[in-house]
Amino acid sequence: MGALEDLLASGAPVAGPAPWPRVVLDAVGWTAIGEALAEGALSLAALWGEADAVHAALLDETAASLAVATLACPDGRFPSLGRRHAAAIRPERAIRDLFGLVAEAAPDARPWLDHGCWAARQPLGRALPQEPAAPYAFLPAEGEGLHRMAVGPVHAGIIEPGHFRFAVNGETVVRLETRLGYAHKGIEALMQGATIERAAGLAGRTSGDSTVAYALAFARAAEAALGVAVPARAHWLRALMAELERLANHFGDIGAICNDAGFALMLAHCAILRERVLRTADHCFGHRLMRDLVVPGGVALDLEAPAAASVRDLLAEIHRQFPRLIALYEGTASLQDRTCGTGIVAPGLARRFAAGGYVGRASGRDFDARRMPGYQPYGQLRFEVPVFERGDVDARVWVRIREVEQSLSLLAQILQAMPPGAIRVNLPPGGGEGMALVEGFRGDIFAWLSLDAAGRVRRCHLRDPSWFHWPLVEAAIEGNIVADFPLCNKSFNCSYSGHDL
Amino acid sequence: MRTLLFRSLIATPLSQPLPPGPEVALDTLATCLDGAARRRLGRSLAIRALDAGSCNGCELELNALSNAFYDLERFGLRFVASPRHADVLLVTGPVTANMREALARTYQAMPGPKWVVAAGACAIDGGAFAGSYAVLGGAAAGVPVDLRLPGCPPRPHELLRGLLALMDPPRRHDAGDPPGDRAAPRSA
Repeated sequence: MGALEDLLASGAPVAGPAPWPRVVLDAVGWTAIGEALAEGALSLAALWGEADAVHAALLDETAASLAVATLACPDGRFPSLGRRHAAAIRPERAIRDLFGLVAEAAPDARPWLDHGCWAARQPLGRALPQEPAAPYAFLPAEGEGLHRMAVGPVHAGIIEPGHFRFAVNGETVVRLETRLGYAHKGIEALMQGATIERAAGLAGRTSGDSTVAYALAFARAAEAALGVAVPARAHWLRALMAELERLANHFGDIGAICNDAGFALMLAHCAILRERVLRTADHCFGHRLMRDLVVPGGVALDLEAPAAASVRDLLAEIHRQFPRLIALYEGTASLQDRTCGTGIVAPGLARRFAAGGYVGRASGRDFDARRMPGYQPYGQLRFEVPVFERGDVDARVWVRIREVEQSLSLLAQILQAMPPGAIRVNLPPGGGEGMALVEGFRGDIFAWLSLDAAGRVRRCHLRDPSWFHWPLVEAAIEGNIVADFPLCNKSFNCSYSGHDL
Repeated sequence: MRTLLFRSLIATPLSQPLPPGPEVALDTLATCLDGAARRRLGRSLAIRALDAGSCNGCELELNALSNAFYDLERFGLRFVASPRHADVLLVTGPVTANMREALARTYQAMPGPKWVVAAGACAIDGGAFAGSYAVLGGAAAGVPVDLRLPGCPPRPHELLRGLLALMDPPRRHDAGDPPGDRAAPRSA
């Protein structure tokens, strides 16, 4: 029996959640999760709270199954998973900040999202009056010749806010610690009590570069909760949008990574391709980022025949231009000198943190939510999941290059085989509980949604892939030079907003 | 690389004239700056972009302004890394409680005269995030706002048109002939 089945058998199943089961465990069962995670028998897909309970979404990659475990916390405490499994530490800190539930024996008791600036503490739990915030205690780095560099939350470029605290010895980074939460907007609180439509809009504004992927994750969770079958054409249109989004972001990233190695030519050319993708999206669906187009029940707009032709033209243009850019990347020794061997994430670490997307796949973690657990229409499409082992900046670039090629192929297949028909169904009244795992360009996005009987959001949790990428940025930069930090960081391109919620 | 550079040399430029926008909207945009302010700015505007807690959508479109199609530097606009070099603070996103101090300090670090542009629905009034315990509101919750550019996110040409309105009465751009092009004709 697999680790997940053992776990499921030890708990009390909850009726209703779809498409994956949820069981209520006792503290012993909850502690056993920590052991299974530490042994690598399970992967942590998400860890989140409610006012009086904690939930962990667990993935058994060998058995290709997913389940959620719940522990009631009537006295406001739960055994820490982070004690045994480092990937759980930050989610547990966030749970404490938002809900006031304390992870017992947690290795890190510092606040995470709460900077002492909100009107009240633990705003989603039993709210307490705010207290003057103690200065944030960064982790120590001691030794001769060390000094500290503080960067952010306002950065030099046009990027999101976050703070980086470096301890450096000369040019070498001894320790990097990130401090996030600056973009915390209280999305989960805004969702509580909201209509499905309003919550879908918020989901699509969780991380702007992944608006399609987030809207898709939320929509799939809502449809699972309500038992809605979406028309076939809607699935295909969603995949079309998702692959356009992936293309646009990968072009942006490939260019920006090279630019951070001082190679602006690549950025100039990749930015042209990115702009062409966005213009095509605009032409097809009336919005460059395709925001608010994936909706619970289907999609908001159909793809008309002339618009489909513009996607074909786009694919042809990319096929003409992109191979030259790959050759440019491969053939520029000074650029390769910067990307190869820089910012290595060891495969074992990527596995332990269940790193999704290009971060995991550049470090040997062969996981893609489009394939496992999989969702429509990808089962009817041919695609490969590129995996590299080296785990450096170069490998993360190559995953993106290969995924661009795969997305081009997927888009061609989608245009070829998209079925006709309706694009949207009305949602039935009522409530339920649903989940979804969707592959965004950055990695897998997990959504969990609980609707009350009136069809309003009781609770919703959206887990960005960056939750498990940010700690790896810290690991990857260790021993590298400060000048390579922008390069390393861009090769991860973690979301701040998606993480901070 | 040589082939690529050579192709770029003989290819026609991708940069496009700014499409004319709705007249009424432009009038509204331009009312915020008087003639004296425009004379001070001259033909150039140094912009410091600050994300006060956005979803990152607006930043994507701000970055797009630098691509070959929009090429904002031909208009005399440029993004600068330090607030000390900036004429304009361009704020995106709702102002989160956690970013309030960073926003205020960035504004304080700018030399006068200075202006604030609120770009995008969230920077105007908090957008979809208004009312949250973690959000103070639009950019005006932290700094005095001179110009508001709507959109979720604003399209690049809408951002461009709004920023040009800071420098120049907008009607003069209607011919789609940016001043930068006139001043410095492109040579091969």
